[in-house]
Amino acid sequence: MARLEELPQQLHSGLAALNCPTFETFPWQEGPPLKSRRVAIISTAGLHARNERPFTIVSDDYRTIPASVKANDLVMSHVSANFDRSGFQQDLNLIFPIDRLKELAEAGLIGSVADFHYSFMGAADPLQMASSARNLAGILKKDNVNAVLLIPV
Amino acid sequence: MGVLAHFLEEAGLPTTQISLIRKHTEIIKPPRALWVPFELGRPLGIPNDAAFQNRVLLACLKLLEAKEGPVLEDFPEDIPLTMNQDKKILPYAINIDLQKAAGKTEAEKLQAMFREEMLQLLAWHELSVQKHGRTTVGVSGIDLSSLAGFLCDFLNGEITENHRDGITLPELLKLATEDVKAFYFESMAAKLGQPPESKHLSEWFWEKTAAARILFEIQKICVNSDDQMLKLFGQKLLIPIREATHGE
Repeated sequence: MARLEELPQQLHSGLAALNCPTFETFPWQEGPPLKSRRVAIISTAGLHARNERPFTIVSDDYRTIPASVKANDLVMSHVSANFDRSGFQQDLNLIFPIDRLKELAEAGLIGSVADFHYSFMGAADPLQMASSARNLAGILKKDNVNAVLLIPV
Repeated sequence: MGVLAHFLEEAGLPTTQISLIRKHTEIIKPPRALWVPFELGRPLGIPNDAAFQNRVLLACLKLLEAKEGPVLEDFPEDIPLTMNQDKKILPYAINIDLQKAAGKTEAEKLQAMFREEMLQLLAWHELSVQKHGRTTVGVSGIDLSSLAGFLCDFLNGEITENHRDGITLPELLKLATEDVKAFYFESMAAKLGQPPESKHLSEWFWEKTAAARILFEIQKICVNSDDQMLKLFGQKLLIPIREATHGE
């Protein structure tokens, strides 16, 4: 379904024409085997706690989501109308697989699940997120995270 | 998504990601990405299918052990065909008591129908919350009992300023419309027992409900507004492109 040619024509054209940034360098970090990694999720679904400030169309910041979050605590303020939200309504793990990660940790397939996870709002200009991303990288390192799982919506 | 991966990797953190739009990932070239052929909004594939979600997740995480990159792999599984072969539109239309939905003008009648629809769906929504222990309604911060009134007041020109700190009126309006859609979708999924395909839910909402007609009326006001932000929301963010261009 996310094959561009299967989307409605106008959405297909808009996405195909989107000006994606390119970079001259390709940073590459390595780490221990998967079974020793501490994993944090970064979603771009515009997720946050009910009582938190919603994302806006120009939000380049992020919200923090504790690993202990309950599904009913989270709402979504992504500004786009052009993706399905009914899956998220049925199952938080479809876009924010926190229970799945905990299961992988229990099974010993990953080392551990980070104490905190994060969400940006993916419709904002990603280049404007550079400062927030660098700030977040420092926080993630302090939490001993050595694997970041990025999930779009 | 790929741009965030670039910044994080530059700052010393190994990343892996799911890609929904392969073409974007090919251009941005993040260090590690798993392209999945799923619907936008469903990066892990199938709701409430832990085994399927785990296969996606592990395929994505295993890219962390790649020796060099950038890596862009394709997830080998698609959603089973039986889950999206059924093309029929949901036949269900909410029966409105026209006595209750009375009004002098067409606009008044539509608004009365909308309010009545929301009342009729309330019991199904309560069942949904009871069954799942959660609701995604509430992002606007407007009480469920006040949602219809807020949108009708906007349509009637009775709301011109925001009532919530930190966000603008167009943003609040957008969040309120998302709350309405979430309320309808969650209610209908509960009524049907088995959650329907996203496409069918969407067709039902946009083709069969007074709420959708209300959203189209709000869109008209926004598009014709002198407020550039309201205009932008009306043009781009309130109605899905699929519905906005329906019949063109």
